[in-house]
Amino acid sequence: MRKNRIRYSNEDRVFSIVTYTLATLALLITLYPLVYCVSASFSDPMQVVKGNVLLFPKDLTLIAYRAVAKNKSMFSGYANTLFYTLLGTSLNLVMTIAAAYPLSKRDFRGRNAITFLFTLTMFFSGGMVPNFLLIRNLDMYNSIWALLLPGCVSAWNLVIMRTYFQSSIPEEICESAYMDGCSNINTLIRIVMPLSMPIIAVMVIFYGVGHWNSYFNALLYLKDRDKYPLSLVLREILLQGMGQEKTGAEVVDSVADLLLFETLKYAVIIVSSVPMLILYPALQRYFVKGTMVGSLKG
Amino acid sequence: MQHPNLQSRTRTQRWLYSWKRSLIKYWDLYLLIVPVLIWLAIFKYGPMYGTIIAFENYSPSRGVFGSKWVGFKHFERFFNAYNFKDILLNTIKLSLLQLVCAFPMPILLALVLNELNNKRYKKLVQTVTYSPFFLSTVVMVGLIDAFLYPNTGLLNVLVTKLGGQSINYMAKDEYFRPIFIISHIWKGTGWASIIYMSALTSVDPQLYEAARIDGANRLQALVHVTIPAIIPTAIIMLIRDCGSIMDVGFEKVYLMQNDLNMGASEVISTYVYKVGMVNSQYSYSTAVNLFNSMINLAMLLLVNKISRTVSETSLW
Repeated sequence: MRKNRIRYSNEDRVFSIVTYTLATLALLITLYPLVYCVSASFSDPMQVVKGNVLLFPKDLTLIAYRAVAKNKSMFSGYANTLFYTLLGTSLNLVMTIAAAYPLSKRDFRGRNAITFLFTLTMFFSGGMVPNFLLIRNLDMYNSIWALLLPGCVSAWNLVIMRTYFQSSIPEEICESAYMDGCSNINTLIRIVMPLSMPIIAVMVIFYGVGHWNSYFNALLYLKDRDKYPLSLVLREILLQGMGQEKTGAEVVDSVADLLLFETLKYAVIIVSSVPMLILYPALQRYFVKGTMVGSLKG
Repeated sequence: MQHPNLQSRTRTQRWLYSWKRSLIKYWDLYLLIVPVLIWLAIFKYGPMYGTIIAFENYSPSRGVFGSKWVGFKHFERFFNAYNFKDILLNTIKLSLLQLVCAFPMPILLALVLNELNNKRYKKLVQTVTYSPFFLSTVVMVGLIDAFLYPNTGLLNVLVTKLGGQSINYMAKDEYFRPIFIISHIWKGTGWASIIYMSALTSVDPQLYEAARIDGANRLQALVHVTIPAIIPTAIIMLIRDCGSIMDVGFEKVYLMQNDLNMGASEVISTYVYKVGMVNSQYSYSTAVNLFNSMINLAMLLLVNKISRTVSETSLW
């Protein structure tokens, strides 16, 4: 018996070593490109090109960030994206809650039919051209509504939200509020929403990240450059002429600037990703809870 | 609450009564949901209805109703296109390879994370591995491009330092799929593991205790307790992935695509974009897209059916 126990604990020790090694490997592989990105953005371009920057910045400088700050389209892209994200996410939240709360009531007639109509949109969609024609027919081409309205409610998020209302808000609370003469909408605003902050946080992240990162709708539906979100500006800076031996002449115009471009791209990446990378650890503790609710319904 | 005569009424009467009661009780919630339903009709079912133009010679001036009906002409044109086979094969290769390589990764990560006893270290690994999810596709492709840049990108700098040749990775067909899939794994694995982590939190700790008392070591407990607990979730995710097998992340493919890697990077969704939005062949593009959706749907139904017979797990 005793012998057995020792043998097992040896195996378990090996098992422990293996799991910690794998976890550390995952950690390092994920972290390294990000760290390199930060280091390169703060380094002297010459050192980056020579390959002297591997982990820590060399010849610390803010030259790349100064160049980013001078870029006008970057600035307006940032402002636009911030605006689209705030407005879009608010709209998403209002619409999703407005549909999820009624659908969470078991005796709300029409509930099954409406849920079915939403679920169907998870598997079928019109496709690029019909969506584009719709936007044009609605006269929304080149307006911000073309970016915000089509994806206003995600069926998947709706299901998560509805399931949360059903499973985490005791029905008795709503019933007794109703008995006391509180209207359903009042109950929703005063009782249910304050109890639903975890799921609302998850929705803020899901929708917010979607708006912050989306670029394709803007590419399809926006014409004026001054309406471009950050993602389109980024694409111009980072990816124009990719694959060819490019010169970066679109953003820089002298040979010295050409060298600067080598660190500028890392600075651009950092500047544009920082808001989301800050927002996310703050809301992280809600994720597992949020996705767990979603997975109940599969 | 119940009406005394409820039992004796006919079905229609009962149905009408329950509607009436629901409308009285929830009238304000009906008002609340109406805007969402209008939105659903316009922005989701509108375009779905608009796919009819796949069977027409759509012209914007005549509209969906006035355009000439041509049946399956556009589908035939696609099947007979000189690049049909290449595009279809590129799509299938890319998505299958991605499914095979990327699908097991989040499961593996969740299993590893689940075995870490040090809670703070576990938290750290989770926080870091989730974070690439928050990078946008544009940034992700920009990052790939910066790292693989000829002569000055990190990889090529290191390779030339060691005496190798600088390679323009983004301009070669053969590197397209590996780059696409490796970066996909890097970006998505952490985030995708969340759903498995939450499946694992619902495992009854008594099962582990029982396994230990029966003499199982940790590896055996992993094989006999943890993995069976994760399988239903894995199957659901697999079915969902199969249902979008033909939608290989259009945005990323499109951003990574250039004239020189077109041989591997031209997939159905990028083709739909090009013929539809760039060349304005609305009907043809819609037909190609519809063909794509039909394959997705067929895959979804097929895999769901197989799964239901084999493992009794299914989406519905």
